[in-house]
Amino acid sequence: MGTKSSTWTSRVLALFLKDFKSELRTRYSLNALVMFAVITLTVVSFSIGMFSLSSKVKSSLFWIVIFFSAMSGLAQVFIKEEEAKTSTLLKLVASAEAIFAGKLLYNLVLLLFLEIIIVPLFIIMLGFSILNFWLFLCVLVLGSLGLVCSTTIIAAIVAKASVKGALFAVLSFPILLPLLVTVISGTNLASEGASFSQGLRDLQILFSYTVVMFVASFMLFDFVWEE
Amino acid sequence: MISLEAKNLAKSFGFRKVFEGINFSLRGKESLVITGKNGSGKSTLLKILAGLLRPSKGEVNINLESQIKNRGERRKLISFVAPDLSLYDELTALENLEFLANVQGLDFKPDELNKKLDEVGLKGRGEDRVSSYSSGMKQRLKYIFALLSEPQILLLDEPGSNLDEPGLFLLDNIIAEQKKRGILVLATNDKREIKYGDKILNLDQQGFSFIS
Amino acid sequence: MTGLLIGTVVVLVFLMPPPQKELGDISRIFFFHVPVAWVTVLAFLVAMVNSILYLSRKDPVYDLQAAISSQLGFLFAILATVSGAIFAKNAWGSYWNWDPRETSVFILLLIYGAYLALRSAIEAEDRKANLSAVYSILAFITVPFLVFVVPRVFQSLHPTDSIVNSQIKIQMPPLVLLVFLSSLLGFSLLFVWIYNLEVKLNILYKKAKEIHSVG
Repeated sequence: MGTKSSTWTSRVLALFLKDFKSELRTRYSLNALVMFAVITLTVVSFSIGMFSLSSKVKSSLFWIVIFFSAMSGLAQVFIKEEEAKTSTLLKLVASAEAIFAGKLLYNLVLLLFLEIIIVPLFIIMLGFSILNFWLFLCVLVLGSLGLVCSTTIIAAIVAKASVKGALFAVLSFPILLPLLVTVISGTNLASEGASFSQGLRDLQILFSYTVVMFVASFMLFDFVWEE
Repeated sequence: MISLEAKNLAKSFGFRKVFEGINFSLRGKESLVITGKNGSGKSTLLKILAGLLRPSKGEVNINLESQIKNRGERRKLISFVAPDLSLYDELTALENLEFLANVQGLDFKPDELNKKLDEVGLKGRGEDRVSSYSSGMKQRLKYIFALLSEPQILLLDEPGSNLDEPGLFLLDNIIAEQKKRGILVLATNDKREIKYGDKILNLDQQGFSFIS
Repeated sequence: MTGLLIGTVVVLVFLMPPPQKELGDISRIFFFHVPVAWVTVLAFLVAMVNSILYLSRKDPVYDLQAAISSQLGFLFAILATVSGAIFAKNAWGSYWNWDPRETSVFILLLIYGAYLALRSAIEAEDRKANLSAVYSILAFITVPFLVFVVPRVFQSLHPTDSIVNSQIKIQMPPLVLLVFLSSLLGFSLLFVWIYNLEVKLNILYKKAKEIHSVG
């Protein structure tokens, strides 16, 4: 019994594991996310049929599916705390920064997990050929990181609104635009087999976007979280 | 020696004024009972003291040798229990406690936590999900949580709610323990609980009244 | 003061007919469209600054100003988008081209829309103010990225239009320039005027409500 010196990281990890455990138990977000993505993918594949599409179009479709899936599932991380009224508990035991980091990490893991399922399905169902796989992977991971960095704070904002509905998508889209354009461009380059140096520009934009959005969200989160 | 001071606290929600001009000072092992009708702002005041809400005017000062302004430091010293405080329903009691201990940087082994469950009459219920708990059981679990950090300032909102006779007996012990440790602030309508305070603050009067 | 403003606006409406003859009458909308688009951006800046001021000083006046600036910005953004589409149709043959400037104004429109949607989704005043201030700042931060990113979208579609655009900017004889600048000034002043009016009106309205609820 007593106080062990715990680092900020271990607290963030504790928060993350709590959400992780909770999600495994209830599977709310996971179900919504995966089902939505699979359904959208099926609809797209079905409607395309035998028609052949350029890699540009396929890249766009890929990220459209990811974007809308993210919109259907990534806001839960804060909404469930508000609805279950457990946010008071969190405020008593953890700092706003730790909570933000924990939720961000959780959303990232959730999104990456979704992508592990969707990428193979997309490749198979739409005949998406990716010639430079490493570039694709870099764009995917960096893009996902950027996505969660900007949408986590928006999820916190939406959780505090009375009418949630489509608010998450409405608020996220303008903010995510630079990311979406860049990530589609990068994916397209990877698909067509462009070299790493050609894709470097997109990666740089993604990197700076992620850093800027993370810092801004981190600093502004307090204003959203504290009453 | 710990001290808790309320300076000119006021709170309004939009145009609705809940209270204003609240002043009091507690130090060492003093205790305060806050009374008032429903809606007089007891819970709101307690939440402001706990750091969960910002006051519209005034400030809450906490001193331990010197003034503590850092929110993280304050969090370590304060514990709060209220009827609307919820734990995670989908997790078991033990999982909740483990999480709450870890996130605060407190070191407790599972059998130590089990022992605490025994002490509040929840023996053997550690592996059950909180969703299966009655409100009385949840209240007891909340007390375990609040006391994990051995707080110097304990804030209780309607502490006897949902408790049966044994539960109220347990509460009596908890309060006695706290009085040996530090400050206690209790908000209640229950006349039986008024005896727990050295001082009483009644929110019903215009402003407030102080009866020692 | 207000007389001068109204006078400026009226003058500019009258000055509009004489000068422009180059690409046909409709292209005069240029005098209308560009200043309006400029005001949209100005309103965005004003909203963002007020948001920062609100978060640091917590004075509800700043929140009010941010909201009004955004409402006006939204209106101007609609006008800018529509006038831009008409101009585009006339100059390049189609209403919508994803030309960088058009896209930017449209994105601003989306941001304003999102901001106003957020405000209407929250009841409590202080929550509304805090959250919309945060969003306003977040939105502003993404704008620099658009500068890099949007031209690339455009480039992949219409490589030639940017030349046409810049051509119109370069050749502006003195009289045209004068009309353009006065239009710019006129619309800016119009914005400032309506903005101030709305702010004062809202403050009075809130005071009246306060007196009413206490009494």
